[in-house]
Amino acid sequence: MSEQTSILTTHDLHMAFGGVDVLKGINFSLFAGEVLGLVGENGAGKSTLAKIVAGVHQPSQGEINYQGQTVQIPSPHVATKLGIALIHQEPLTFPDLDVAENIFAGRQPLNGGVVNWNAMYKRAAELLASLSVQIDPHSKVRGMSIADQQMIEMAAALSQEVKVVLMDEPTSSLTPNEVAHLFTNMRRLRDQGVAIVFISHRLEEVFEICDRVLVLRDGELVGERVTKATKVEEIIRLMVGRQLSALCEKKTGANNGQLLLEVKNLSRTEKFADISLDVHAGEIVGLSGLVGAGRTDVGRALFGMLDTDSGEVWLSGKPVKIKSPREAMGYGLVYVPEDRQHHGLLMPMAISQNMTLSILEQLSPSGWLRGQAEQTVTNEYTEKLHIVLRNISQAVRELSGGNQQKVVLSKWLLTRPKVLILDEPTRGIDIGAKAEVHRLMGELASQGLAILMISSELPEILAMSDRIVVMREGRVVAQLDKADATQERIMAAATGQVLDEATIESNPVEDHS
Amino acid sequence: MTAISNARTGNQNSALPVRLARIREAATVVLLAIIIAIVTGIEPNFLSAFNIRSILLWVPLLTVIAMGEMMVIIIRGIDVSVGSTMGFAGIVVGMIFRDHPGFNIYLGTVLGIMIGAVLGAINGSLIAWVKIPPVITTLGTLSAYRGFVFIVSGARQIDPNYIPKELIRWSQRGPFNSQLVPWVVIIALVAALLIYLFLHYTKTGRNVYTLGSNPEAALLRGIPVNRTTFIVYTITGAMAGLAGILYASRFGFVNPGQTGVGFELTVIAAVVLGGTNVFGGSGSVIGTLLGCLLLGTINVALAVLGIDATWQLAVYGVAILLTVSIDAIIQQQIRRLVTGE
Repeated sequence: MSEQTSILTTHDLHMAFGGVDVLKGINFSLFAGEVLGLVGENGAGKSTLAKIVAGVHQPSQGEINYQGQTVQIPSPHVATKLGIALIHQEPLTFPDLDVAENIFAGRQPLNGGVVNWNAMYKRAAELLASLSVQIDPHSKVRGMSIADQQMIEMAAALSQEVKVVLMDEPTSSLTPNEVAHLFTNMRRLRDQGVAIVFISHRLEEVFEICDRVLVLRDGELVGERVTKATKVEEIIRLMVGRQLSALCEKKTGANNGQLLLEVKNLSRTEKFADISLDVHAGEIVGLSGLVGAGRTDVGRALFGMLDTDSGEVWLSGKPVKIKSPREAMGYGLVYVPEDRQHHGLLMPMAISQNMTLSILEQLSPSGWLRGQAEQTVTNEYTEKLHIVLRNISQAVRELSGGNQQKVVLSKWLLTRPKVLILDEPTRGIDIGAKAEVHRLMGELASQGLAILMISSELPEILAMSDRIVVMREGRVVAQLDKADATQERIMAAATGQVLDEATIESNPVEDHS
Repeated sequence: MTAISNARTGNQNSALPVRLARIREAATVVLLAIIIAIVTGIEPNFLSAFNIRSILLWVPLLTVIAMGEMMVIIIRGIDVSVGSTMGFAGIVVGMIFRDHPGFNIYLGTVLGIMIGAVLGAINGSLIAWVKIPPVITTLGTLSAYRGFVFIVSGARQIDPNYIPKELIRWSQRGPFNSQLVPWVVIIALVAALLIYLFLHYTKTGRNVYTLGSNPEAALLRGIPVNRTTFIVYTITGAMAGLAGILYASRFGFVNPGQTGVGFELTVIAAVVLGGTNVFGGSGSVIGTLLGCLLLGTINVALAVLGIDATWQLAVYGVAILLTVSIDAIIQQQIRRLVTGE
């Protein structure tokens, strides 16, 4: 913190959605020139708090003091005018417009009432340059990477006199390089006196970038710590409100189980090449690598969603040609996609309807769905997976991220698979639910399933995998046993660096010199 | 810190849709050329001055409304009431001409535009603030406004002798007394130019694209979504009102059961043929102009080839579906190419 002037203070902020209290009296101060971390489990109220400050939601009670005055922030527009910008997890850009207009949407520079395109392109280029990104202000945003779109949003925030930037999980879709670049820009802004609120599930990032951390739990502020004077364990304890080991470690299972999935030299032009890996019954194999390394494409190819050019896939010792997810399911192989909202769940539909989607044919032997059977099955899995719900006809949309993920898992487990491919199984879900999902994965493996887990979180990979396969730019670059694997080794393989073993010991990754 | 490594790739990907938009306009031109070539092959006189003039006379009515409809479709809406609005403005101004001989035709034109704007504003208010889906709103007003036409006119036609000769001359002569390019064509081109300037150089015009491209983000960016929606429907109504006057000029009468009936389909066909994305977010004045010209040419070609006028509706409907299907298929192919799905 460069100076002790509070730029924004909230007093007793309350918020209720449909009778449920989401925020219960939040008092906090934000100082100019600091990065304030905002952490908490899903549903703790972080995003809601940010959205109130950014004018998206209106508090049901309480007030906001900004630059010494009590202010009303009835809309995002007003917030922007005040100098408060919100950067969303999924960038909210306009794909049909070019970069410059995305930056200046709604407040294009005018010259006598007429949009001044030249000035707009010039300003856009300057702003992008100040963020050290090479994006052409003239190109359309459709098809750009999340990181680029985020930089465009950032430039949009900077195009006005911005004093407070709220960032809601900005790093969740970025590669480590992109995260580093984002942090550089955040530090630069902070040094210019901008106050930044950083919401993240990734505690290591919070510790890297934040000066202070606020911990929210169930809509209440349960702790405020200076990052230098605290530890991850303490923050986690505050978040969940009880002592909890961050990750549930998988007990190394019977590695000599039957070979269930064998992939030999699988290739697909421009996606991946020469992929070989195998997974035994009872084993969890972690598929690691940077975002964009082609891991998801391998998963999708195995599930028949993506054609391959060459190579072989063997299931339970027999070569198979899988051309569609339906065939894959027939062979007992399922792929649980990363994006629950779009690929995994029908949000407005009931939990029971979502769960039984994969086995509708079994449940309707005469062509008519047997409601009783549907209920029985749903209740069984709800219990098995400890899904927290009001009743099974509740819409999936109303569940927390962790419980949604369990519904997705149930849906696939109902098909009684032998090989389970999980793509980022715990992305965007809170720590408590994460541990639950991990425990479940361990159980499934011990029941004899072969699990291939794609994950971007190194601690998760290390804790859960019996073996680790690392991909880089569409190729397998390393296969590590649990005993040999370290974060540094995986990262080195994933980024294509050759590390001297001695350096690993003496130079931990946190060292940025 | 160096720039983000994949900034480059992003740019390459994004160039694709831009190029496609260009190709899309070029395709309309090519299609136009093919139709002209085929019809000329069958009927060598197709490009006679008379036929060109027929096309040019037919297109202006369509163009002015299509400019509005294009904006409506860009903001992910639809306005099927334009034909009724056109009829209502035409009949009211026609009655004024009938009941007040010598009434100033420019004043009458402005009145027609204003009547259209009011009807459009009703659509816009219902859609923007009452939040009734555009299809339902304008389907309701399609019927209601047509009903008003019959009520105010007593179902009586405004006969040719009541339409001012000066107004009819707009469809007969142009600048420098030329016969090939009548004033109605100039009026339509000016309207198109004004819409182009509006869309390209005013904040509200830019908001039209912003809103259409991502309504949710537009709201969060503080773009006056409701106001923009309201303005777009109001302009569309105004354009339909102008078309009502142009109709009186072109045909020399206004008929309650005829003027503008079914015209919404023609307009939507022209806009879609002109490359406006049916899912919103993009569309251009040039493209829409080409779409109108294409439809006008098809229309006259059908007549020249001696194909019965009863075929027209079917042709428009098929043209809409064909264009949208081809677009959708191309988009799918590209997505498959890019993502390998």
